[in-house]
Amino acid sequence: MQIMRKKSIAPLVLSLAVIVVGLSLSVTAAAQGELRFCLRSEPKTFDPLKVEDDASMVIRYLTGGVLVRLNRQTQVLEPELAQSWKVSKDGRQITFKLRSGVSFSDGTPFSSEDVAYTVQQLMDPALHSATGDAFRSGPGNVETKIISPTQITITFPALVAGLDRQFDQVPMLSAHSPKKEMAVLGPFVVADYKAGATVLLKRNSNYWKTDAQGLRLPYLDSIRLDIQPNRDVEMLRFKRGEIDLINSLDSEYFDKLAATSPQFVHDAGPSLDSEQMWFNQVARAPLPQYKKNWFRSANFRHAISEAINREDLSRVVFRGHAQPAVGPVSPANKFWFNSKLQPEAYSPDAALKALQGDGFRLENGTLKDKDGNEVVFSIITNSGNKSRERMATMIQEDLQKIGIHVNVVTLDFPSLIERMTQSFDYEAILLGLTNVGLDPSEQMNVWLSSSENHQWNPSEKAPETAWEAEIDRLMRAQAASADAKKRKESFDRVQEIALEQAPFIYLVNRNALSAVSASVHGASPVILVPQTYWNVDQLSVK
Amino acid sequence: MSLGRMKIGRATFWRANAFRIVACAVLLLVVGLSLAANWLAPGGYVKQYREAADSAPSRQHWLGTDDIGRDRFARVLYGTRISLLLAPAAAFLSTLMAALIGGMAGYLGGSWARVAMALTDLCLSLPWLFLLITVRALMPLNVSPMVSVLATFLILGMLGWTSAARVLCASAGSLRDSDFVCQARASGIRGARLFWVHVLPNLKPVLYAQFWISIPAFILAEANLGILGLGVAEPMPSWGSLLKELEGLVSVGEEPWKFVPLVLLVVVVTSFQFVLSKQEELAA
Repeated sequence: MQIMRKKSIAPLVLSLAVIVVGLSLSVTAAAQGELRFCLRSEPKTFDPLKVEDDASMVIRYLTGGVLVRLNRQTQVLEPELAQSWKVSKDGRQITFKLRSGVSFSDGTPFSSEDVAYTVQQLMDPALHSATGDAFRSGPGNVETKIISPTQITITFPALVAGLDRQFDQVPMLSAHSPKKEMAVLGPFVVADYKAGATVLLKRNSNYWKTDAQGLRLPYLDSIRLDIQPNRDVEMLRFKRGEIDLINSLDSEYFDKLAATSPQFVHDAGPSLDSEQMWFNQVARAPLPQYKKNWFRSANFRHAISEAINREDLSRVVFRGHAQPAVGPVSPANKFWFNSKLQPEAYSPDAALKALQGDGFRLENGTLKDKDGNEVVFSIITNSGNKSRERMATMIQEDLQKIGIHVNVVTLDFPSLIERMTQSFDYEAILLGLTNVGLDPSEQMNVWLSSSENHQWNPSEKAPETAWEAEIDRLMRAQAASADAKKRKESFDRVQEIALEQAPFIYLVNRNALSAVSASVHGASPVILVPQTYWNVDQLSVK
Repeated sequence: MSLGRMKIGRATFWRANAFRIVACAVLLLVVGLSLAANWLAPGGYVKQYREAADSAPSRQHWLGTDDIGRDRFARVLYGTRISLLLAPAAAFLSTLMAALIGGMAGYLGGSWARVAMALTDLCLSLPWLFLLITVRALMPLNVSPMVSVLATFLILGMLGWTSAARVLCASAGSLRDSDFVCQARASGIRGARLFWVHVLPNLKPVLYAQFWISIPAFILAEANLGILGLGVAEPMPSWGSLLKELEGLVSVGEEPWKFVPLVLLVVVVTSFQFVLSKQEELAA
């Protein structure tokens, strides 16, 4: 009997073994290819809480596991390591219900202790975490209460606007792993780093996510990030097939690539980034009083705005891959954009009429103010940025049509920043703003009159104009409310005031342009960062 | 017999100076074309044909248009005028300063030479990039494009004398102890008269050489100064700003007409070198 039993078990064991091997083969077959693209600078840190630079942000996105993730396509917050979450009515407290059975890349189990540890590390003032700054809304300590291994409540000393969305930027650290921040919960782990050359990421075999067929993600075996600051070289390498994607492409290169390989390029529409100019309104700036009077006049700023042909800027400088800008929020920001507003219409005649109403007059092709001073000012922009240099030169010609002489000055970036923030020795500046987040609270540092980044007149002790006081009030109101509708009302009004007063003359919103090789499967470029690999765990290369 | 000798003489002259003559002709042609820019490109270098931005060569725009629609042919002509007229002016200024500082130091010798050469060494060792950033910071922002052009080449002229001063110091030093200078001294000629009448004329070949060397160097330096906001300001063209169009390596093969400013620069610098080689022969 026993012999009989042994004989009958052997085929069973064999067939089981075949099934197991078959299953394992099907899992490994899903893991395929190496994705290659370029980092434009050296990553300054691999510690996800200390990230400030773009290259480190890329590594953080590819390796970090977060509690919630903003879907870059739908702009909706989705569960990740947290199955669900709840924000209190006062906007100070958030409770997460975590997934069970999740492990870090080194096998250490993930629990609410790790969340508590991460939050404490993030809010440690000694760490100076830029990510943590978004949560510092008032004095006091952050409290964490572990309810169970899969449930935790975090309480902040004051309301944090868009509290749940802020956790999109916070990768979880392990409280117990000996590998510290190198133990990750994201789809990839840092396997190798050669300074100045490459960062190699390998597939995290403990990554928790599976696809619809139950196969463990990510599909890719590895990601090779070549450090390449030169965009021309990056483009050449893409054309040669040495890299698989370019996350952010200039319009010039986009068109050249589109001419030869239209299937590789993607224009996802207006991005969150804007290009804008502003006049110096600092009272103590070393400028003649009459120029300060011009720059502090909303009528003057508005007239300049009307005299700039934004359609031409979009069409010529960005080759049609940009849209005339309306205000501080791009139309790409679906929820927060005030759709009632329209870009300033180009009308040099209306601009001249408005200026004449203020006592300006046109004499022999030169505009003069009521005291006879010729209207001449300089626009500074950062040297080396072709788009901005071209925009400044086109604005120079546009304003010449109403008799205003503009001198275009390109400066190295440190000198420009020194003039903008220290000496205030400038008249107008043309620069861009890169917006990563969608929430208006991320623009608090620009709009509050007391802020150092309130570029046209930084660090005001008290608002110097009624409209700045109104913006201060509205920005604080939206930040202090947990009601999305009320917040939107406040921020809509901020956008209206920004258009009426024109402290920033918004020029264009650049489109999100990218290039993805045909060998990459699953890519669906979007406007939000990271445009091309936001769904990296579902990409494959064949 | 005399006619035949004359023919042989002319043939020898043409053979010996062929390159130099061609180089001079090229330089004259380029200068002539640039001076005739008003007639050859009446549309001017400022006007933006925005509907035809970045277009290929056509009957209306012989070298196409730049990224914001300005006629490239007009910009090349006007840019040539600026670079070719002001670079020699800057070269003249720097050579003059080198002659005064280096030549006088070499002629006077002793502690004068040591002090002057120490000053030259100091200038050579200064971090010019940072110094130029400081110069930019001291300059007002609101200057017209023409003033920016003059300021740029003035700065180049005032900063470019150091290397030439060392060469001239050495040359003047060797002349100081030469037989004819000793003889002039013995005849009672002293001081400034000895320098102007006997030393300076013998430094002329070196001065010419330094002058010709400086011109292409200043043309290229102007192109680089744009990064510091010190170059020729928009909308005025210069070879420097025209060469910036070639920054995109990818576009080079597809749009060969964009090479024209580069070809022109190479031709002009090469022509200068042929003219210069004759000056060097004279100096030797």
